[in-house]
Amino acid sequence: MSDATAPNQSTWAQIVYVLRDNPVTLIAFSMCGFFLLSAIIGPYVVPYDPLQTNAANALQQPSWAHWFGTDSLGRDVFSRVIVATRLDLTISIAAVALSFVIGGVLGAIAGYWGGWWDIVLNRIFDTIMAFPLFVLAMGIVAALGNTVENIIYATAIINIPFYARLVRAEVNIRREAGFVQAARLAGNSHPRVVAFHIFPNALPPMMVQVSLNLGWAILNAAGLSFIGLGVRPPTPEWGIMVAEGANFIVSGQWWVALFPGLWLMLAVFTFNLMGDGLRDLVDPRRRT
Amino acid sequence: MLDIRNLQVDFRTRRGTVHAVRGISFSLENGETLGIVGESGSGKSVTSYALMRILDAGGSISAGGVTYNGTDLRHASERDMRALRGGEISMIFQNPRAALNPIRKVGAQIEDVLRQHGRATRADAREKAIQALKDVRINDAEARYDAYPFELSGGMCQRIVIAIALACDPNLLIADEPTTGLDITTQKTVMDLCRDLIRARGMSSILITHDLGLAAEYCDRLAVMKDGQIVEAGPAADVFAKPQHPYTVRLVDATPRPGAGIRDLLPAEARTPLAPHEIGNKPILEVRKLTKTYPGKSGPVQAVKGIYFTIHAGQSVGLVGESGCGKSTTSSMLVRLLDPTGGEILFDGQEIGAIPADKFIRDPRRGEIQMVFQDATDSLNPRHTARDAIAEPLRRLGQMSRASRAARVEELADLVGLPHALLDRWPHQLSGGQKARVGIARAIALDPKFLILDEPTAALDVSIQAVVLNLLADLRARLGMTYLFVSHDLNVVRLLCDHVIVMKGGQIVEQGAAAQVMTTPSDPYTRHLLAAAPQPPSPPPKSQAAE
Amino acid sequence: MSPRLQALAVRVLQTLPVLVGVVIISFILTRALPGDPAAYFAGVMADEASIAETREKLGLDKTLIEQFFVYTADLLRGDLGVSLNTGRPVLTDLAERLPASLELTLSALVLSCLIAVPLGVWAAVRQGSWVDHLCRVLVTAGVSLPTFFTGVLLIYIFYYLLGWAPSPLGRLDFIYLSPPHVTGFYLIDAPLAGDWETFFATLRQLALPAITLALFTLAPIARMTRAAMLTALSSDYIRTARAAGLRPRTVLFGYALRNALLPVVTTLGMVFSFVLGANVLVEKVFAWPGIGSYAVEALVASDYAAVQGFVLAMAVLFVLLNLLIDLSYALIDPRIGFGAK
Repeated sequence: MSDATAPNQSTWAQIVYVLRDNPVTLIAFSMCGFFLLSAIIGPYVVPYDPLQTNAANALQQPSWAHWFGTDSLGRDVFSRVIVATRLDLTISIAAVALSFVIGGVLGAIAGYWGGWWDIVLNRIFDTIMAFPLFVLAMGIVAALGNTVENIIYATAIINIPFYARLVRAEVNIRREAGFVQAARLAGNSHPRVVAFHIFPNALPPMMVQVSLNLGWAILNAAGLSFIGLGVRPPTPEWGIMVAEGANFIVSGQWWVALFPGLWLMLAVFTFNLMGDGLRDLVDPRRRT
Repeated sequence: MLDIRNLQVDFRTRRGTVHAVRGISFSLENGETLGIVGESGSGKSVTSYALMRILDAGGSISAGGVTYNGTDLRHASERDMRALRGGEISMIFQNPRAALNPIRKVGAQIEDVLRQHGRATRADAREKAIQALKDVRINDAEARYDAYPFELSGGMCQRIVIAIALACDPNLLIADEPTTGLDITTQKTVMDLCRDLIRARGMSSILITHDLGLAAEYCDRLAVMKDGQIVEAGPAADVFAKPQHPYTVRLVDATPRPGAGIRDLLPAEARTPLAPHEIGNKPILEVRKLTKTYPGKSGPVQAVKGIYFTIHAGQSVGLVGESGCGKSTTSSMLVRLLDPTGGEILFDGQEIGAIPADKFIRDPRRGEIQMVFQDATDSLNPRHTARDAIAEPLRRLGQMSRASRAARVEELADLVGLPHALLDRWPHQLSGGQKARVGIARAIALDPKFLILDEPTAALDVSIQAVVLNLLADLRARLGMTYLFVSHDLNVVRLLCDHVIVMKGGQIVEQGAAAQVMTTPSDPYTRHLLAAAPQPPSPPPKSQAAE
Repeated sequence: MSPRLQALAVRVLQTLPVLVGVVIISFILTRALPGDPAAYFAGVMADEASIAETREKLGLDKTLIEQFFVYTADLLRGDLGVSLNTGRPVLTDLAERLPASLELTLSALVLSCLIAVPLGVWAAVRQGSWVDHLCRVLVTAGVSLPTFFTGVLLIYIFYYLLGWAPSPLGRLDFIYLSPPHVTGFYLIDAPLAGDWETFFATLRQLALPAITLALFTLAPIARMTRAAMLTALSSDYIRTARAAGLRPRTVLFGYALRNALLPVVTTLGMVFSFVLGANVLVEKVFAWPGIGSYAVEALVASDYAAVQGFVLAMAVLFVLLNLLIDLSYALIDPRIGFGAK
């Protein structure tokens, strides 16, 4: 708010404090930094062109020349794994951002005003949640068409109910709180009360949800491409690469599937670990 | 029978060891009732958990000993302790509804204890459980056996907890704040029941409470605890009449009691003369046939049933009643957060009840009617600093420059006695009393004419309650505000108010001058309320009440 | 009617609007196909005439509202269309393959509950000990594992390297004959036929995919059990029970665990959602002849009737499972129907 004292300085202090307080958070944030760096500069620094095939050099074991080996078309697995980071992160971050905004707004409306808004919105969320989420995502991508944007939309749609319900509950328990009534007495209109007094209090649990959802979103996108939806070969993407590698696992060529799978796992793990740290960052009660 | 020597209890936490109890000693004779009195955090509950050896994780007895009838409880085996708990020593707790297993029939919960201690077999357990229910004077005990806690009232749940505690005829009953969260009349019933049962069975008991008045009424001896130590112990009447330790003196002073004025609650050196407040002839607020009906599951519920009253400028009016009497609904309507179903609210002669709450936000009179909320913690936004909280009404309604707003916030902080250094703290970094001051500063920021105080001290320790009540009295004299003080406690209301309104079931049963309602109540319900309040022995008059 | 029965009846009735919602969404999905739905449903090889014929057959020339009612009427008759891949009605295909999927899903769930609930309880009782840390690591790692990757990894270790597992192709090795059809569950049908050899072969074949799925669902159940147990153990009624001298076992299982099971049962709904989704991936990895791999094959061949039928069937299955969960919740919690949750 406008009267808050030196927000920038205290935010930095808060970040440093949170990172120092919990080593797990420090590790998670560093790993996240590594993935972000891979996404940004990865395509410019990898040793090989990720699409360059070389039949003579197919299915080579990991070596100094090819750290993660080569796949059945002789492409460098390491380069493909690193280059894929950008696509996978883009999908998950875009999807989570969409569902955060839409779910947050709808949830706040349902939680604060209640009544018909609440009933109608809840019905819609119930219906979305009535589908096994991955299956709904399959249905949406199959119907809308096999593109990266549609994967993002599908992932966003299946995540919206989580945010909406969370925010609804958080807003609802605070609707009658003393500080909300005080804000009303101070002359705040309903939308102002929701936006500036209640919603910020829902941020800490939402951050935990964001971290979980970033992980799910990557898993979801990779899962969809694994069964042949969304991203199409030869685009490097972790899910597709595991799918391609799966064909060679029974004959012992483990590296083709292992490294993309490992990277995928690490990315999800990183996002999941970040939850507590993200929450502490936005929670003033953590400041001492 | 019970002897505690130099008991120390430590809690290991992530921030190091906390010494919750720092070497206390006391003993208890057969048939005696001891009151352990202290404010929050004094270590009084921890003491009782330690002697039962049911401390939470991380807590342990680090030194000293507890001897019960010759048994060393600190070193007794877990098996022996189990036989002792519930069999020899029993406990009852605060918040009775939460103290019962929510998904088990209350009768079955009594049976569990009976069978654990071999007092009943599968065959006669039910019969004995029903007898235990009858012992705590529960009507229709057979039917209640099959009830779940959520189907019973708070007072009824506390009786079940007592029945569980007494099922196996223990020799010692420890009651840990047994009446917190109960209405004042229920409190009296529960306490009287406890006393009768303890006397009838010749048991000893320990009453742990924050309420010195309650302890003085029901106990033979008192021990006053502060910061993990006993600062004073002795016969109840003596402790109350001739407190020795400075802390006890302050605690006794701060306890509202018959004959004491509002300044008498403060330590003697702080008793400056109270500035008089003037009561005008002009009514500032008139309420006519005010009604509020809520839609309920089984038909509409009338929370407020057409009440009338008038408040004059400068007057302080107390609105008293037990939970569910409609006092909170009434105050919400008056402060224009809630729209009445019917009736009129005249403020300064103009009808404001018909203006919808959503529109009243932009009404020029919004700043003239303000409120101090019940729970200071709940009423401060955890994400706003004290400065933000106080500045909020100025920013939205004050129309002043940033610089004059900052100056006004500091002026308000001075008015309520809040050090400027605390202004940049978050609510979780402030104490209960400091939060109450922030809440008051925010409420008076716009110089309201009419201020509603909704149980402003209910969540505070008595010593802080005394300070806050006096602050409110000073502000009233200084700023000429009119108060509506909403409370469940007649003894507290009396201190601040000129006029008292008593509500019950959505209706006003009695109203009149405070002194008159307190001394010669005309309605039976008011008499009932007055009788239910703890009656601490009146101390000899030390100073003239400043009334 | 008692308030309890009334609440249960209301809960059963509440599935109706949800089912209607599911039908609406799946209708939207069938009509949202980019370009001309008729062209899609007619298949890749269709010519002008057969597209027109499909359009008429699907009623795509009518208004959307009319189409919706036709669609619903078809559903009520059990008509989900005809699969291009198999040339048979989609419903028949799904019904035939459903037992395989259910057998896999349910064994995985049972397996993960058997591990996760005790683990969560243990971690909560010994909070801060190595069990607790192990639980936390397992939980965080568990939700991070992409099921298809775990499956591939397990195949590599147990089939390729160690040779303990049979070849990861289907429900039964080709040297065995499937048991006579009674329930469709080989684990039940084989003993019914007295064929224990087939039973154990089925079990061996089932082990890896079931473990893969169980690893994935372990995390949410263990995490919820631990959290619920911690809440229950710190409640006032546990202190009352301890102060009354009840045995630790009674306090732990009779009082704490029964209360803690309520939120765990609620979580199961979410777990079902996960497991039904992950099922698709696992079936593809292990060439499991269930409805998931059916859908994947259909996707590859752009066989939309089959895909939509699959989505709808999964949703209906999930709605029914959720109903089952809520009804069993009502059995444990006496407060249902009294508004005091």
